[in-house]
Amino acid sequence: MIETRKLVKRFGFKVVLRGVDFKAQPGEFVALLGPNGAGKTTFLRILASLARPTLGEVIVANHHLPAEASKVRAKLGVVSHLPLLYPDLTAEENLLFYARMYGMHQPQARLAEALKMIGLEKRRRDLVGAFSRGMQQRLAIGRAILHNPEVLLFDEPYTGLDQDASEMLDQTLHSIAATGRTVVMTSHDLARAENLATRFDVLSRGVIVASASRQDLEKSDLLKFYKQALAS
Amino acid sequence: MQSKPLTLKALDLVSILAMVISTYLALVFAPQEAVMGNVQRIFYFHVGTAWVAMLGFILAAVSGVVYLITKDLKWDRFELAAVEVSALFFFITICLGSIWARPAWNTWWTWDVRLTTAAVAELIFIAYLMLRQGIEDPEKRARFGAVYTLLGGLSVPVTFLVIRFFRTIHPVVIGSQSAEAEGGFNMESKMVTAMLFAILAFTVVFVDLVWHRVRLGQFAEKVEQLKLKASL
Amino acid sequence: MEETIPPATPSFSQAVFAIVRKDLSAEFRSRELLSAMLVFALLVILIFNFALELDIKVRESVTAGVLWVTFAFAGTLGLNRSMAVEKDRGCLDGLLLAPVDRSALYLGKALSNLIFMLIVEAVTLPVYSLLYNVNLFQPALLLVILLGSIGYIAVGTLLAAMAIQTRTRDVMLPILLFPIVLPVLLAAVKASAGLLNGADFTEVSAPFNLLVVYDLVFIAVSLMLFEYVVEE
Repeated sequence: MIETRKLVKRFGFKVVLRGVDFKAQPGEFVALLGPNGAGKTTFLRILASLARPTLGEVIVANHHLPAEASKVRAKLGVVSHLPLLYPDLTAEENLLFYARMYGMHQPQARLAEALKMIGLEKRRRDLVGAFSRGMQQRLAIGRAILHNPEVLLFDEPYTGLDQDASEMLDQTLHSIAATGRTVVMTSHDLARAENLATRFDVLSRGVIVASASRQDLEKSDLLKFYKQALAS
Repeated sequence: MQSKPLTLKALDLVSILAMVISTYLALVFAPQEAVMGNVQRIFYFHVGTAWVAMLGFILAAVSGVVYLITKDLKWDRFELAAVEVSALFFFITICLGSIWARPAWNTWWTWDVRLTTAAVAELIFIAYLMLRQGIEDPEKRARFGAVYTLLGGLSVPVTFLVIRFFRTIHPVVIGSQSAEAEGGFNMESKMVTAMLFAILAFTVVFVDLVWHRVRLGQFAEKVEQLKLKASL
Repeated sequence: MEETIPPATPSFSQAVFAIVRKDLSAEFRSRELLSAMLVFALLVILIFNFALELDIKVRESVTAGVLWVTFAFAGTLGLNRSMAVEKDRGCLDGLLLAPVDRSALYLGKALSNLIFMLIVEAVTLPVYSLLYNVNLFQPALLLVILLGSIGYIAVGTLLAAMAIQTRTRDVMLPILLFPIVLPVLLAAVKASAGLLNGADFTEVSAPFNLLVVYDLVFIAVSLMLFEYVVEE
């Protein structure tokens, strides 16, 4: 569960978020759409406890941010456009390191499960530095779901992926979305978001200007909805 | 834009007046020192500038701590002002000391404890200013600046202590006289008057300059804000 | 929904050792950082050899200085690299996302940096002994080197985390670090020189105690300040 009320974020005198009210329930996959500079990444970084809100209330997985950041972090998985992986470690070592950072007691079984899910079982002993961008991104997802988080945040996960890798990622994300977690994904790629999300929110100039669920939208109406939202 | 506050205008005048009187006291009122002659008159301004330089150094470190606790950017403006003015006065102190040392110790520079410590403090200030230049986000700039002044404020006294292990030839005019100090002298009451007034005068000048610098910081911030508004 | 494993958090020491283990296994695979530090350290000694004409007489007085300058220069190289690894692929965010105290992240990085520095010293010292026929393997001297390295790394890790986030990140670290860490270098040189010239341990107790105090103060301060350096 994610909830923000009147969330404001300022960098010095630059106001990036000006009062964001947002709610996402377990089982929802929210695509946060918007042009560059709308504040999507900042919003996600605040939800991820990586940046502090200037004003307003933020609740992630039933805990307040930033006061209970440590409790939130234990229930949170993040995938960004950077892999957050060490190139000089193998896929397995990377996951094992993060498993230890999350205090997992018997990480091996969970590790195997995650590797299977992202389809990298056979490459588990290869150095991440030798992985393609798509494989790194899949491993990044494996890292994010390793501790079985309630809430998942994806920040432009498709950046730099080719067609095949994007489709692979689609499948992985689909299977994750089907597990009852709360998922928020930022994207400026409408087609990708359309395949995955159950709800579409449009962020523009630091506020959410429109929100529509998958049922509300006729097939392939997302583009029209998006353009209307930005024009208003 | 608000005009210059009356108190500041008055302080400007008092500063100028105090400097004039202090100059008179140092150059005319105070008697000529028997051994060194007129070059000893540097001493009054040397002590005055050294005092405010140290004052600025301590104030900067303290406002760094206060900033980290309150996260109020006004403390950052004050810290920067204190550092800049203090850096200027440290430089003047070192120069005056050098001019005095030439006839007194027969060298422009010596690796004496006070000289070296002053030079190290000056280097810390320069590093501080360079650090600030390398960061664009004002909040992060303030945070890093505060951390650095705090480290500097802790480190410089230790530097002073360490160099104490090496021999010092700097005269201790006030307090106990060290046997090794060269160029020390006994102070007549008129000299004491001139010195105390110099300390007072430079304190007034220091407050005045810091005030101006803080105001300049406020204006710079306003300009940034207006620029941002204009660009939107 | 998958079976919910209750979210675990690692203990402080688990997190610290996970980071150290990760850094060591990555380094022993790539050997990028250690080889750069070692080659650099040997080159510095080589340059000093010709610059100072290290004959027997000169050697007695400058050995301690040459060694500490070598360690300090090689140290910045390692500190910079060790932080760049975290910053470049977003791994720093990965660390910050873990449900562990920020001081555990600092301690983990500081410990691995210290290990790298001690390895470089463990190679440099016998080489120097061999080249110049000086006996450097006195327990008291090794203790001074350990204490000096701890102080250097304690501040260096904190400042490297800061330097890496500035625009001029490659040149910023030594400028920030050297004036702050000067007391450590001075006290270490003083103590080492005393011991190398056959002084008794009690004779160098003053700089030795100062090293201990500096280490304790700056480890405590850095532990507290690290979160201000990495969190937004």
